Amino acid sequence: MATATVRAQRRTVALRRAFAPIAEARGFARWMLFAGAAITLMFVILAAFAPLLSPYAFDQYQANGHRFAQLARPGHGHILGTTVQSTDVLARIVYGAQTELEVVGLALAFGLAVGVPLGLVSGYFGGILDRGSVFFMDAMFAFPPLLLAIIIAFLLGSSVSSGVLVAAIAITIVYVPQYFRVVRNHVISVREEQYVEAARALGAKPFTILRRYVFFNVVQNVPVIATLNAADAVLTLTALGFIGYGVQPTQGAEWGYDVSRAVTDVASGIWWTGLFPGLAIVLLVSGLTLLGEGLNETINPVLRRRAIRQVDFDAPSFDAGAEFYEA
Amino acid sequence: MSASAETLVSVRGLKTYYSIRGSFLDRLVGRTGAAVRAVDDISLDLRKGEVLGLVGESGSGKTTLGRTILGLVPATSGTVEFEGKDITKLSEHDLRELRRRMQIVFQDPHASLNPAMTIAQAVGHPLQIHGLAQDKEQVRARVAEVLDRVGLSPVEQFMDKYPSDLSGGQKQRAVIARAIILNPVLLVADEPVSMLDMSVRAKILELMLALKRDFDLTYLYVTHDLATAKFFCDRIAIMYLGRIVEIGPSEAIYEDPKHPYTQALLRAIPEPDPRRTIPRDLPRGEVPDAAKPPLGCHFRPRCPRAFEVCGWEARDLKELLERRWAEMGEEGFDAERAAVGPAESLNEPATTAKLHGHGGASGADLAGLLEKARTGDPDDPFWTGVKRIASENGALEVDWFDPVDPRLLPAGPVEVECHLYDEAALAEAAERRGARIP
Amino acid sequence: MSAEPVLTVRDLRLWYGTPRGSVRAVDGVSLEIGAGQTLGLVGESGSGKSTLGRGILGLLPEGAKSDGEVLYKGRNLVGASHRELRRLRGPELGLIFQEPMTRLDPLMRIEDQFRETLEQHESKLTDAEIRRRSLDTLGRMGIPPTRFRQYPHEFSGGMRQRIMIALALVLRPSLLVADEPTTALDVIVEAQILRILADLKENFGTALLLITHNLGIVAEACDHVAVMYAGQIVEEGPARDVFAEPKHPYTRELLRSTISLDTRELHSIPGAPPNLITPPTGCHFHPRCPDIMRVCPAKDPIETRHDGDRRVLCWLHGPESEIPPGGGEPIERERIAVAEEA
Repeated sequence: MATATVRAQRRTVALRRAFAPIAEARGFARWMLFAGAAITLMFVILAAFAPLLSPYAFDQYQANGHRFAQLARPGHGHILGTTVQSTDVLARIVYGAQTELEVVGLALAFGLAVGVPLGLVSGYFGGILDRGSVFFMDAMFAFPPLLLAIIIAFLLGSSVSSGVLVAAIAITIVYVPQYFRVVRNHVISVREEQYVEAARALGAKPFTILRRYVFFNVVQNVPVIATLNAADAVLTLTALGFIGYGVQPTQGAEWGYDVSRAVTDVASGIWWTGLFPGLAIVLLVSGLTLLGEGLNETINPVLRRRAIRQVDFDAPSFDAGAEFYEA
Repeated sequence: MSASAETLVSVRGLKTYYSIRGSFLDRLVGRTGAAVRAVDDISLDLRKGEVLGLVGESGSGKTTLGRTILGLVPATSGTVEFEGKDITKLSEHDLRELRRRMQIVFQDPHASLNPAMTIAQAVGHPLQIHGLAQDKEQVRARVAEVLDRVGLSPVEQFMDKYPSDLSGGQKQRAVIARAIILNPVLLVADEPVSMLDMSVRAKILELMLALKRDFDLTYLYVTHDLATAKFFCDRIAIMYLGRIVEIGPSEAIYEDPKHPYTQALLRAIPEPDPRRTIPRDLPRGEVPDAAKPPLGCHFRPRCPRAFEVCGWEARDLKELLERRWAEMGEEGFDAERAAVGPAESLNEPATTAKLHGHGGASGADLAGLLEKARTGDPDDPFWTGVKRIASENGALEVDWFDPVDPRLLPAGPVEVECHLYDEAALAEAAERRGARIP
Repeated sequence: MSAEPVLTVRDLRLWYGTPRGSVRAVDGVSLEIGAGQTLGLVGESGSGKSTLGRGILGLLPEGAKSDGEVLYKGRNLVGASHRELRRLRGPELGLIFQEPMTRLDPLMRIEDQFRETLEQHESKLTDAEIRRRSLDTLGRMGIPPTRFRQYPHEFSGGMRQRIMIALALVLRPSLLVADEPTTALDVIVEAQILRILADLKENFGTALLLITHNLGIVAEACDHVAVMYAGQIVEEGPARDVFAEPKHPYTRELLRSTISLDTRELHSIPGAPPNLITPPTGCHFHPRCPDIMRVCPAKDPIETRHDGDRRVLCWLHGPESEIPPGGGEPIERERIAVAEEA
């Protein structure tokens, strides 16, 4: 139908507009954005297709009735070697990506779902509600993040059975104050914009103003902090795993846990059990950080640089011409 | 416009004060800061179908008055009756209902459009807010109609554009379209053309005049620009520091401005006529702080025609000395400044001041200094307000006459708030002239 | 124009790069300013007048290129090193902006701003001399010496602009470029500041390039006026003559569309100023010109001189020898939709 095509066209225009800064990104920003996106995408693929990509399951220590060798060197049969429990290191890396992304994804979703609306409402309406939430969030912010995550994981550990969920909630609570702060501060500046007063003059209700006028102009910053927080969250999750409060070994592969198990191996010259999960952590964190910084430089108008065409005085001038007289 | 025309908005004794936040310490101990008297006891009527211009410089309160009339800023006291309802008493909910009838066009078209909404969404949103359209198609149809009316045609070219894709004039047309889509009766236009280029202003003003005819609108035109106001308005109210100092039919105000402030404004406008030059005898200084307005007539410190009753006070003496010092050389200044000292007592609105001599200067020395200042510029209206100068116990005492607050009184076809047109004040001044220092 | 001009600009081009191509902000501009003379540079937004003002002082955005000559007292500033330009800016070339707060350091007392400016360029001055010169200049701008030790935020907008002007003049520059110096001010304060600028020549002998969009300001404060449109000066001459009898259709139409106290009916120029990446062919004004002829879109106009010191860039004023046969026939202006008007 005609109207449907028109609407689809309108949507394409809106999408193109939203992604225009990314398409226009140049230089270092562009490089960061694309490298970060490529690395992150690689882990997403690993996680999504883990059963297809991984030679074994994350807790598999035998095949066809034969137990794998313990601490086998990388090479034949086990590209990245095996651990002391005879599990395949590569399999644990691949399934580990699944765990990391699941937890971080959930934590992001929860964090945004709580932090953004709270920041919007608190910033827009102000008053006692705002003061209360700012005080509470600042108090949370003052806690060392890892300690906070440990306490929450500890408290939830007994009542929630899913390790992924426990870790996700723990990380959410650590990061909610950040979303809240960024959104609230931005709302406070947008609230003073003339178009918000204009909306009030049109007779819009406060929640309509929040939804249609404030929200879209505030959320632009959220992808950047969300991505940067995701990088940070990977570190928190692996740290939780390292000290044993994260995802339990029976529930999934987790790089932090693997690294902690490999600590004793290193002394005896067994490097592969620690190195590969460690590298995986570094790579994922770097990828997310690059993506976040790249987004920041392309979206943030203060940092944004566009490619310009160099000035050329000798460029051919316009076709001022005789044909005009002929016409 | 006949005087019997129906009144649309009736403002009575309206005051809008903003409290300014005090210092950090003030807030800590719970003291509230001073209040800025943005609108300070104003009464006026807006007649149906007319264009009333609120003209003033920045800080005159014209914008606040416009916003208070729309209920966008809460009134401190007084009433604003719109179609028989006092909007200062209405709840937010009832006000929202009423917004269909009164709209505003802002100065900066770019800032008043949401950058994340297309023109069609922005212009059509009022319909959705007030539930005036059944579906999106209906909204779009109505938006197309209005955009066409304000000259944004072919409309398809503009509907799905974002504000950043449009020029200033086009954006202002969109803002006007958004304002009239609800068929309001009152439109407050807050400097609608001052951000636009010269060649575009005329087009927007023409559009607004055409819309006024077609939709039976009443305009409150808020501006600092006397030239566009002259062309655009039926009546003009000149505002200064929260007060209306002169109000009347446009022709009367422009042909025979009564208030010294109106006269100064009209003379100060740079006209594209090379035979004119910039006048030399302009009012000095700038609009003072509305948190501490001058005593008596607010325009007095700058007024070339001020006299005995206008409300002279201590701060005027300080300004007089500073003007003197700015003109005299460095040595003269250093000597006089040393004698006068910091003179804290000259920072307050008071009709009496006591100055202690510094650096060995006596009260008599200070009196001599004032005498020198007076002989330097004997025609400065400041001296008309000085009742007594006396040196006592090493200090100088200066007294001024009590201020008389000016009232808005009829003067010919206009009303003006100036003692020059107030018989009672003139009589009082004549009496004081006898009593003041020779 | 008598004696040696302070500033001579010859065929200056200032283009800057954008993602969509080069913006020809200033495209072949020539002008002269003599000592003690005030030249008003007037144009609408986007005409290139601000770029020209900044370009003269060597203040160009990144990616901009200049070509032509800017002769200041015989020295060509186009291609001069950043160091040399920095040395000239201040004691030789002064600049005043629209918003004084952007140039005054909010954390420095007025006294210290003057001290820094003076010490930077005249290192031999004693403290007493610095104070005397600062107070003298401030006094002429009507700033009382009692306020010498205050911070910028303690001053009103008009006072800050006076301080800015004083800060520019304390170094006694020969040329002052003022870019919309009064646009942010109230009308009475604007007139006060214009009075100060108009008195510059008597007080300091400074040549002034006053950039503005306000024809009234030019009429009242300037000896000469240059009208800029789409990167070019389309008309230049003594303000009195140009305003009394504009030769270029753009000047005429701009004057007619200016709303003043004498305006009896509204008038406007159809269409909008062109984008300067791909300006119209021939005369840049031809799509909006009521007097368009066959030659106008086809051939770049050639500057002609009239009455000694007036210049016009318009085929209406010749030169006849350059107009091809039939070029002088009027043609119909293309229809311009209302919405295209800026």
